[in-house]
Amino acid sequence: MTLNVFMFYLLSATILVFSVLTVTSRKILRAAVYLLFVLIGTAGLYFLLNYEFLAAVQLAIYAGGIVILIIFSILLTSHISHKFKHPALANFVMGAFVALLGSGIVLYTLFNHPFQRVGESGKVTDMNMIGNQLMSLDKNGYVLPFELISILLLAAMVAAIIIAKKGNHKTEKS
Amino acid sequence: MIQGIPIYHFLVVSTVMFFIGVCGFIIRRNLITMLMCIELILNSVNINFVVFNRYLYPDQLQGHFFTLFIVGIAAAEVSVAIALIINIYRRFSNIEVEKINELKF
Repeated sequence: MTLNVFMFYLLSATILVFSVLTVTSRKILRAAVYLLFVLIGTAGLYFLLNYEFLAAVQLAIYAGGIVILIIFSILLTSHISHKFKHPALANFVMGAFVALLGSGIVLYTLFNHPFQRVGESGKVTDMNMIGNQLMSLDKNGYVLPFELISILLLAAMVAAIIIAKKGNHKTEKS
Repeated sequence: MIQGIPIYHFLVVSTVMFFIGVCGFIIRRNLITMLMCIELILNSVNINFVVFNRYLYPDQLQGHFFTLFIVGIAAAEVSVAIALIINIYRRFSNIEVEKINELKF
């Protein structure tokens, strides 16, 4: 068993265990930290697949940005020592049923599908290639989605500020 | 591709992670926890894109770019969702889904 294979199984075990813990943990701050471990494990998988830039993006935006945002909002909206009640039994049974059924169907389809490689392997994706193709106007160029997502990010930022700022509406406490 | 690991192992990991996210979305009743489950789902889809790109079309970059765009959209989505959650908390002092059942402005 080479080191690559060992690292793959270690990372996938980390991802699966911590994603189960994210869903089942009864303290919300702990759930956020488990989510952080899941995201870091995913970045490790990207490193394993030789996509270094993608792994860096995953670490910077997901693990660095989104989890921090979630932790801040947890600290703003709930007590740290607050524990959730156990979910209702019907909910739990329905969730587990849907998950088992869905994953069964998907895995059955997956294992019956022969995947065939189309391109030749052994190509290294370097930063030059990524940047050129991201900004190119030719076939396989991605300049239009790139510009669209920049506008989307600006709109989301403005919208978040407008929604979250203290307006002049009456704050009614229920 | 990685020597010695078939593509199916990656796909099993991402499938199981996706359905853990779906299960959590059904079970949990807290808005922030449901948001975290959505992050799990998006993340598993990202793994799928990257693995298909590396194993099946190694000379192209489509899956790579789709993953980049999904990460960007996830950032936008989380910022708006958290703004909404904070606003809801201001109005109701609560972010449990079952206690927020009033749409009156």
